[in-house]
This record gives sequence, structure tokens and C-alpha cells, in this order.
Amino acid sequence: MDLTARRERYTDGDLNRPDAPVVVRGLNHWFGEGEARKQALFDVNLALERGKLTVLLGASGSGKTTLLTLMGCLRRVQDGSLTLLGTELAGADEQVLVRCRRRLGFIFQAHNLHESLTAMENVRMGLEVHGKAAMAGWERASAHLLEMLGLGERLHYLPGNLSGGQKQRVAVARALVGNPDIVFADEPTAALDKNSALNTVTLLKRLGTERGTTTLMVTHDTKIMSLADRIITLEDGRIVEDSGTT
Amino acid sequence: MTALLGHLLGRLPIGWLQLVHNKTRLAAALAGVAFASVLVLMQLGFLGALVASIRLPYDQMNADLLISASDMNTLADGSPLPRQRMFEALTVEGVQNATPLYYGKIEWKQPDGTIRNLDVFGIDPSVESLRNPAINARLSDISLSDVALIDAKVRNVPKGLFAAITAGEPYRFEVKGRTLTVVGTFEIGGGFSADGYLVVSDQTFLRLFPNRVAGAPNHILVTLAPGADAALTLDRLRATLPADDSIVRTVEEAFDRDQAFQTTQRPVGLVFGFGVVIGILVGIIIVYQVLSTDVAEHLKEYATFKAIGYSQRFFLGIVFEEALILAILGFVPGFLVSLLLYTVVVAVTGLPLAMTGARAVFVLVGTLGMCALSGAIATRKLARANPADLF
Repeated sequence: MDLTARRERYTDGDLNRPDAPVVVRGLNHWFGEGEARKQALFDVNLALERGKLTVLLGASGSGKTTLLTLMGCLRRVQDGSLTLLGTELAGADEQVLVRCRRRLGFIFQAHNLHESLTAMENVRMGLEVHGKAAMAGWERASAHLLEMLGLGERLHYLPGNLSGGQKQRVAVARALVGNPDIVFADEPTAALDKNSALNTVTLLKRLGTERGTTTLMVTHDTKIMSLADRIITLEDGRIVEDSGTT
Repeated sequence: MTALLGHLLGRLPIGWLQLVHNKTRLAAALAGVAFASVLVLMQLGFLGALVASIRLPYDQMNADLLISASDMNTLADGSPLPRQRMFEALTVEGVQNATPLYYGKIEWKQPDGTIRNLDVFGIDPSVESLRNPAINARLSDISLSDVALIDAKVRNVPKGLFAAITAGEPYRFEVKGRTLTVVGTFEIGGGFSADGYLVVSDQTFLRLFPNRVAGAPNHILVTLAPGADAALTLDRLRATLPADDSIVRTVEEAFDRDQAFQTTQRPVGLVFGFGVVIGILVGIIIVYQVLSTDVAEHLKEYATFKAIGYSQRFFLGIVFEEALILAILGFVPGFLVSLLLYTVVVAVTGLPLAMTGARAVFVLVGTLGMCALSGAIATRKLARANPADLF
């Protein structure tokens, strides 16, 4: 099947799915002003399927981070349409973006844990954003997640006393504790050993199956790619390959 | 503390946790806030002592109204007043009595050669011009030539001197070529311009100050007849006395004017006022430095929280939480150190320096405001926390 046919097959069909958590239509994005203005995304169309793990591939500068941050409500849509969990983000104000972000989970390549908070407290921050009602039983929920990620013995450790991999797993727990509808992850397994990486991705897949959590992940880890339900490849701001949902 | 703050704030007290995480910086910040608090409390204390010392002689006046020269700013300055104004005042309806008050300064040389500056009141010994019972009990004594009563609070006087005088042992010293005999003591206290007071009869005063004349006192103390309307009598006096050489005020009005002049137009008052401003500025700068550094160091964490969905209000809450904690925890040691310093200053100078509840509350509120202002300036850096930069 040639590339154009594959793109049409896996974009147009998904775009019309009513339960798709993310639908992107004709998305263009630029950086800079005037003569320095440079286009980063060109007419991107895609839809993510609920509960599936999608891997985004591409060389540096291909536009994958731009696409991820647009879907994550961290940038404003300049041109085209981006519907996230039923909300159109084009023209949305900051309050709408903040509300949408509360339904998402972010795992950054750098863990960005708060150095003065323990592992449990860092995870708690992923719940506290949802208000007091969400805080009932936070200790049990946080401890459970950390234990699932192999950190049962490190619950009350400060990040300074954790290894890089342990910190990253705390960051994963922080992203997942609020039961997000979608998880956006940027090289989440880069700091993890093989077992921890597989354990983490298996957890994300399990959440997809059990809770319908959708995951969009930027990774170059070949071990992870084999677990992906779908692989999308970006090149120079365009989707050049889409494996479709397996 | 964490649990208490968490309960009060209804969230994890991140500001507090950030502060205690870096204990060295916290200690430096608290020392800075405490230093600023001490600076402000001490300057306000000195300013308060200045005001209290200005009030001391006014509180001694057994009068309702005070007639002074129209160019008078303080008790000590201004031209002498024609005693004729006293007789004119006595003709005004509502006035019961009027008596002259002579005011001067002498230098009391100590055995070690040092000088004590004394403010001298010359009064009519047949009238209770002052409210001080210790003075009024010895009026007949000072009616004798060159006899005086002295303030037992005069600073830096040999131990036992006043006790001996009070016990009945007269003390003699030379001043302005005359020998004064001090036969009793009273208590008023020193200020910024004098170490204490000396009370003599008007006749002794005129002998001590030969360039002064009986017909030109410094002030005239006026007492109202029972039931007389003070405002009405004041108006009548003002209408009766020529405004070009005399001014009539209540004692309280005269004190207010004196206080305003000395605190806003005399260098000593201005210096203390500037001291307060400098203390506040020092506090703002120290707290701002601490908070802005703290914000800058946590930008990535804040950006992460932004990505998670925390609003700007949450971050402002953290910065203000830190500011308020620094204010309260810094004020307490500052207050305690100031109390200690007040005690030392009173012991050394005898100035009427006292910590008042109102001053403590005022400085605490000021410290809170100062820290909140620093926090508000520091929050501008929060805008740099862009979650899109995290990827």
C-alpha cells in the first residue's frame, strides 16, 4: 500500500469516529514572526483511538513535539481544528485549556519532580489539582501506584534520594494518579532500565484496556515500539507514515 | 507545622516545604526579615521616645489652656511673652487663673567634668502651676532664694545622689555663678534635648538668667473656671489677645504642634522617619531576593504544575504563602531582639522608650505587607514558567 493510500485510510476514517479522544483536522503551526516565521506542521490530520497506545516517531525538528504540545493544550492552535475530548481547542481561552489539561497526564523526559516534596507528595500533586473531592483516599491511591511501579519502599523519599529511574517512575505515577483520559509522554522510558521500561509501558497498556486511557508517546525505544498499537511517523511537519491501529 | 499549614491552606503547603527544604537560605531570609523588623521597631521606638519626651513637660502643666508667643514652635523656642497678656487673660469670662511659666536651660557640671543639660521651669511658688505632687509639696521650700527641686531621672548622675536628696540631705552645685541648693526631687525624665528638669521659683529663675525679666515669661498657664466652656473661652481669649504676639491653644493643641514640628521639621525626627523607610526598603529587598530566587529555581516544577492543570492563582498562592511565613517567622525574633534592645537603650539613656502593643501590631502588619509586596514583585517571574518548554 503506498503512503498516500495509507494516510487516507487511517486518517479520514478515524476523523469521523465519535469516540475519538483527539481529532486533528488541517492543523498548521508556525513559529517566529515576519521573515523568521517558520512552519512546523503542515496540514496534519489524525485521530487517536480510545484506549490505545500510539507512538509518535520522527527526527529532531520533525514537528512531533509541536504536535504533542498542541494536543496537550500547552500551545494555542493557530490554524486548523483540534478537538480534545469533545472540546474544540482552536480559539479556546486559557481557562478552557486549563480545564482540558486537568483531564490529561503528562510524562516528561525530565522528571521535573518537586525537590522538596516526597515521592508520595509529588504524586499527590497529580490529584490535588482535581479539588478536595478527589483527595479522598489519596494516600492509598498514590501508594498503590508507586508500589505497582516498584517504589513501595521509597514512598517517603525526597527526589534527591532517588535514582534517575526511580524519579521517572514517580513522575509516571504523578501523571496517572488522576485517572487521565489521555497520557502524553515524551521519551518516558529514557531513564529507565529494561525491566522498568517494560513495566511502565505495560502499565500504560493495562490502563488503556481497563480504563480506556489513551496514550500518545514520543519514543525511540525499539522495545516499546513493539508494544505500540499504532505508530505514526512525522517528517518535516507532515505525517509520512501511519501504521494504523493494530 | 506542615500538617497545620496544610489544614489552614486546604492543600499541600508547598511554599513552606520549599522554604524548609533549603534551611540555609531560610535562615538567611529570616535573619533578613528579623533585621528589617528590628530596624523599623527601633526607629519607631526612638520616634515614640521623641514624642513621649516632648509630651513629658506638657503633662506636668496644671492648666487647660496655654498662651505662648505667636512664633513658638516648641516649649523651648519662641520669644518671651508680655506678662500683660496674663492680666488680660484674667479678665476674660471663663478664666479662673493664669500664671506665668519661665523656661530656660542650664548646664550642670558633674564632679567628673561632664555636663548634664537641664531644662529649668521657673514658676510662681504660690500657685500649683504643675501637676506633680512632689513639686507641689515643696513649693514653700523653693520660694527661698536659690533653692531648687531636681528631676530624679536625670541621666548619668552619681549613684545615691538623688536618694540622699530625697532623704533630706541638701545638695549644692554651682551654675551660672550662683550656688543652687537642691532640697527635693521629683520625677519627669529626660528627652533628646535635655537630661532632665529643674524646678525653681520665678525669682530664682530670674537670678539664674539675668537677661530675662519678670515681665516676659515664656508661657502663661490658664485654668478654666468650673463649668466654663473650653472652646468658648478659647475663642474669647483669641479675640482678646493680639494675634501678632500671642497664640492661645489648649495644652493638647500646643503639644500636637510641638510634636508635629519636632518630628517633621527637626533633623532628629526626620532621621528616625527615614530610618523607618530604610528598614522597610531593606526588608522588601531581602524578601524579594529570597522569593525571586526561589521562583527562578522552581520554574520547571511550576511549569510542570501548569501542564498538569494548576492555575496561576495556585502559584501566586505558593509565593504569598512563602512571603507570609517569612514575615511571621522573621518578625518574632526581630520583636524579641527589639525588646532586649529597648531595655538596653532605656538603661543607658533613660529615654522614655517603651514597646507598645499598637507598635508591635503595626510593625507586624507592615512586615506582612512588606513581604506580600516583595512576593507580588517576585510573581512576575512566574510568567516564564512555560509548560510547552518542558518537552
